[in-house]
Amino acid sequence: MASYSTNEFRSGLKVLLDGDPCIMLENEFVKPGKGQAFNRVKLRNLMTNRVWERTFKSGESLEAADVVEQDMEYLYTDGEFWHFMLTDGSFEQYAADAKAVGDTVKWLKEQDVYTVTLYNGAPLTVTPPNFVELEVVDTDPGMKGDTAQGGSKPATLSTGAVVNVPLFITIGEVLKVDTRSGEYVNRVKSS
Amino acid sequence: MTDRPVWQPSASRAALESRAQLLAHVRGFFSERRVLEVETPVLGRHGVTDVNLDGIPSAVDAGGVQGGWLQTSPEYHMKRLLAAGSGSIFQIARVFRNGERGKRHNPEFSMLEWYRVGFDDQQLMREVADLVCGWLECSPPVTLSYREAMQSIAGIDPMTITDRDLERYCEQWLEPEQLAGLGRDGCLDLVMSFVVEPKLGCEQPVFITRYPASQAALARISEHQGFRVAHRFELYIHGLEICNGYWELTDPAEQRARFAADNHLRRASGKPEMALDESFLAALETGLPECAGVAMGLDRLLMLKLGSRNIQDVIAFPIERA
Repeated sequence: MASYSTNEFRSGLKVLLDGDPCIMLENEFVKPGKGQAFNRVKLRNLMTNRVWERTFKSGESLEAADVVEQDMEYLYTDGEFWHFMLTDGSFEQYAADAKAVGDTVKWLKEQDVYTVTLYNGAPLTVTPPNFVELEVVDTDPGMKGDTAQGGSKPATLSTGAVVNVPLFITIGEVLKVDTRSGEYVNRVKSS
Repeated sequence: MTDRPVWQPSASRAALESRAQLLAHVRGFFSERRVLEVETPVLGRHGVTDVNLDGIPSAVDAGGVQGGWLQTSPEYHMKRLLAAGSGSIFQIARVFRNGERGKRHNPEFSMLEWYRVGFDDQQLMREVADLVCGWLECSPPVTLSYREAMQSIAGIDPMTITDRDLERYCEQWLEPEQLAGLGRDGCLDLVMSFVVEPKLGCEQPVFITRYPASQAALARISEHQGFRVAHRFELYIHGLEICNGYWELTDPAEQRARFAADNHLRRASGKPEMALDESFLAALETGLPECAGVAMGLDRLLMLKLGSRNIQDVIAFPIERA
């Protein structure tokens, strides 16, 4: 596998550190005019999501990590694995385990497209789009005409996710939800 | 991963104007003091031996010269002019350093370098203060020795700390195996740039003086409070290193010995040795007049003037766009 020397460091680089794949978030070059150069680097460990700060001497290098992000359509789950298919027309399929799917499981809707990060060819993480549209399958009865007033109630969506929604929302409506905050955005006009 | 080419400059029109004003300010400053403006080669036959400076090799093939280097500083050529009797001189030069890119670095940058015949480091520091504070309209610098700065900010005495304790101190940033090849000065550089430098010159500009003799580069060395220290100074403003000056070494034998020591360090750290610039050494043998000289980063002065934290704000086309 290739490696990157400090001169090639930049944000976005995928490298191996202590055996784990990491993505470089920041790289600061520090050097006194007449002295030793260092790179101060922030990396996110893709296995643990933890952010590491490391210092490298100029000229040191890190092994490249075989990490690629691909758009994939979610197909189905067999209870143990969640199956995805590349959207590039190759129909190539990948099976992600519960660890890779993580919290994204509550946003998985068949035929929607997700970003699957592959490490050494196997799914490492599954990232949902920033917004998903999901149907309400359960919530307390709606209160018609109560659109102006505040107040909210929980609603269960088709994927099992529970989000707080305004009181006027009823079963069967399709909602737009922000997956980063897990918050209700708006109702999607049904055609 | 092909990035779309960016044709626009990264510096604003205001930054370009400020640069033009700075150049005019510098030329006016030296014209008043009757210091001669000179130009020396950007492309030379020799690189530098300094282990921490990586030159950019050229592929020139002309006049019987092949190879060559983009100059990391105009120092050797300017000293040859001094030896030839030029008197005090200044130059606004483009200089090149490989591998240096960051918020404060671009591999090509603008350096103001000047030499004052008959000056020592103290006199030159006063002139540096006049030039810089005249441009930035800031209060005059205070002076702190390297030892005082390290003691008061990092809590270590760079002159007496043992190698072992210094390495232990640096273990907060580096693994033991990384520290192995770093050496004492590398460790001190780390403490200087990670701990001390960010705190320097935040209220008013500060000169750091009396560097350890091992960091003398081309400065003469003398004894102070029982320690061998270099007549070298740097100016820091808002944590930014602005210049590096010396009461210049004029002894050719000592210069040759320092070059040899540099090459020894290069060998030890796996870097190629550099051929010595015999023309420069011959000039020293003929006689460099007693003088003090300083190199100043003009791009960083512009950053300070404009309140910028990134060098790309003041360079029209940094390397990625060049």
